[in-house]
Amino acid sequence: MRLIPTEEQRELGASVRAFLAETAPMARVRAVAESDEAYDARVWERMAGELGLAGLAIPEAHGGSGAGHGEVAAVMEELGAALTPSPFLASAVLAANVLLAAEQAGDEEAAKDLLPGIAAGTTVATFAVPVKGDPVTRARESDGAYTLTGTVRRVLNGAEADVILVASVLTDEVAEEGLGPLAVFAVDASAAGVARTPLTTLDLTRPQARVELADAPARLVTTSGDALARTLDLSAVALAAGQLGGLRRCLDTIVEYAKLRVQFGRFVGSFQGVKHRLADMHCTLEQAESVVRYAVWAADESPDELPVAAALAQSYLGRAFFQVAKDHLLLHGGIGFTWEHDAHLYYKRAKGDELLLGPPRDHRARLAERLDLIV
Amino acid sequence: MTDLDEYGRRARAWLEANASDLSPEPDLRTARAFMAKLYDAGYSGITWPAEYGGQGLSAAEERAFQQASRGFTLPIGVFGIGFGMCGPTLVSIGTEEQKRRYVRPLLRGEEIWCQMFSEPGAGSDVASLQTRAVRDGDAWVVNGQKVWTSVAKQADFGLLIARTDVDVPKHRGITMFIVDMHDPGVTVRPLRDMSGESHFNEIFLDDVRIPADRVVGEVNGGWSAAVTTLLHERVSIGMGATRTERPASFGPLAAAARERGTLGDPAVRDQLVELYIRERALDLFNARLAQELKAGIQPGARGSVSKLLLADLMLHGADVATEILGPDSAAHGEGDRQDDLIARTLAMAPGMALGGGTNEIMRNIIGDRVLGLPREPQVDRTVPFRDLKVGTQAKEAGA
Ligand SMILES: Cc1cc2nc3c(=O)[nH]c(=O)nc-3n(C[C@H](O)[C@H](O)[C@H](O)COP(=O)(O)OP(=O)(O)OC[C@H]3O[C@@H](n4cnc5c(N)ncnc54)[C@H](O)[C@@H]3O)c2cc1C
Repeated sequence: MRLIPTEEQRELGASVRAFLAETAPMARVRAVAESDEAYDARVWERMAGELGLAGLAIPEAHGGSGAGHGEVAAVMEELGAALTPSPFLASAVLAANVLLAAEQAGDEEAAKDLLPGIAAGTTVATFAVPVKGDPVTRARESDGAYTLTGTVRRVLNGAEADVILVASVLTDEVAEEGLGPLAVFAVDASAAGVARTPLTTLDLTRPQARVELADAPARLVTTSGDALARTLDLSAVALAAGQLGGLRRCLDTIVEYAKLRVQFGRFVGSFQGVKHRLADMHCTLEQAESVVRYAVWAADESPDELPVAAALAQSYLGRAFFQVAKDHLLLHGGIGFTWEHDAHLYYKRAKGDELLLGPPRDHRARLAERLDLIV
Repeated sequence: MTDLDEYGRRARAWLEANASDLSPEPDLRTARAFMAKLYDAGYSGITWPAEYGGQGLSAAEERAFQQASRGFTLPIGVFGIGFGMCGPTLVSIGTEEQKRRYVRPLLRGEEIWCQMFSEPGAGSDVASLQTRAVRDGDAWVVNGQKVWTSVAKQADFGLLIARTDVDVPKHRGITMFIVDMHDPGVTVRPLRDMSGESHFNEIFLDDVRIPADRVVGEVNGGWSAAVTTLLHERVSIGMGATRTERPASFGPLAAAARERGTLGDPAVRDQLVELYIRERALDLFNARLAQELKAGIQPGARGSVSKLLLADLMLHGADVATEILGPDSAAHGEGDRQDDLIARTLAMAPGMALGGGTNEIMRNIIGDRVLGLPREPQVDRTVPFRDLKVGTQAKEAGA
């Protein structure tokens, strides 16, 4: 088990940090978040081109650089810390993971066609992560061609993506209301029968859209349940790394502030009411980092441990990031409640992330299942 | 199989042969005999320097041994203070003679150690201690009282901190000594703690003569020596936590819930999940600290994170265990081993949040030394000790 990043991962993180500081400082993040743009296309182009991030985890055979989940985590941490609006998570992580898992399961066609564009950053893809309780779209086959019908309530970068991967039920395989096995399909977002409506998101830096499908043409990516399960676990791990980055930034920021702000003739950080809260936040950070490193290691090296590690990562990080973000906002005092201050951006990101793959209770239920606690 | 796996496998085989049927708190003779066997097999002092009797191996072997020893109850409690605090202090700052004289017998369980820091008037603020040591020829003469001293009753030696200069501020007039607990001037009285047993003691020191070569570190440099001990203490308490399986932990409680048919209750299930999450998060943090240590990154005050989290986890675990087991854990018959264990765990749990520095003190340390936050205003750093209001001194002076 490896719980400290490699030298290369640290260097990758440092170069992404430097790049983001230069191209996507907070002022720029805010400008993009408050505009109609989902992300800064020029920054994404450079991230994909100069830094090769769009194809980071995609094998060289498909035009990527074949790095591991440790490297993806290093990038996610930096993007999470900087709140950079970017299709990296949707395209280079979520969608790429689905296609790679499908390929591993023997379904190579879609991977072969779609991955090179994703790796180059010229195709932006996304994956509508199925969340418990949401309606599931239905797939119908006729003459070897598929169409999808139904609503996907929330899709990360759904309004901008060129390709949307959707988990759908094959209608001829289930009874009327049954939830049969899910299969993953790829939908061309510009096809007839695809309607996309941007949603009002709490977190302005991570746009989502509702996608309505009415007999929309789709191609089958995989019917492998294992591929889907692995994808969901990998998504949980990558998101957790982003949450860790945000959490650490929140703590760093408020610690610095507590060393500067004076009330009652003292730095506020010298009051135990403040200091002890910061100490508890630091304890949370130490554990959050450990949990993420473990889950990332499991993703790269220990597939058997991944299901528990991934559920653990989301169960821990979702709550942890939000609590730290909340306390970091509160400890700023009134300024933390203003639109101009960045605290609310982290607070909202933390809440958005906590719910992105389903609420904490879903992850805890998954964990209970995997720990064999369900009788 | 890597060398490390092989090491762990051999350790496990050794433990199966030698540690399968041990009670956690056996009589002293059995405990000492076990330590001697453990030492002779090469599993005591795994990371300690070879020239003083250790094995000179890395934290990875230590961790492999700890993993191998999961599920075994090793009777090592009585040696804990020596291994976790006194020994590491001697290795860090003891003289060459001290290291050669004391470390090997400590590792072999031949000599048991205790730590005499706290006093009736000086606990969290241990630097305000009043036990006096006065130089007399080639020795020091010590008078005073210590309290809450774990394993003092069984101990052969103790690390003592005492005041050697009252004319300087409190942190600058303290010296650390090695005390022979069998000295006629040392009186040890067991104190009964809330578990009903005696885990700690009070100690009266009356004209105890300590040879000058038993000073540890510098004369009047005892505060930095004590800080060394306390840093080791926190790392050792925190990181040692996972060494044996605790009764109020996920594994046994999940099994109990299954057995008693309460696992179907979603509230019970969620309590178990929460416990699992907290245990794993702390386990993984400790494992990460160990890996960092191996990579040359010192944990420093981050040991306090480990200690604080463990204290919280033990209180939480004991609390939740009683909820899962239900009323039986508060009222049980003779043979109900698990309920009895949990009841005792609940009664022991506060100890971890007090001994080795309270949770508030841990938070102060994390704030000050890990996060670098500004300290609280302090009135006691510059005043000579004799003019300071400390512990019970002020009252005595007025009386
Ligand atoms: C099981 C156990 C084993 C022990 N073993 C040993 C041993 O082997 N050797 C030894 O020397 N000692 C030992 N101790 C003593 C232990 O170190 C002290 O009890 C501890 O440091 C607290 O000191 P105190 O009891 O005087 O409490 P006090 O210091 O009087 O604390 C009272 C309350 O005030 C709070 N407080 C004090 N100062 C501050 C501050 N600056 N900021 C915020 N809150 C503060 C404390 O957190 C606590 O809640 C042991 C204690 C226990 C419970």
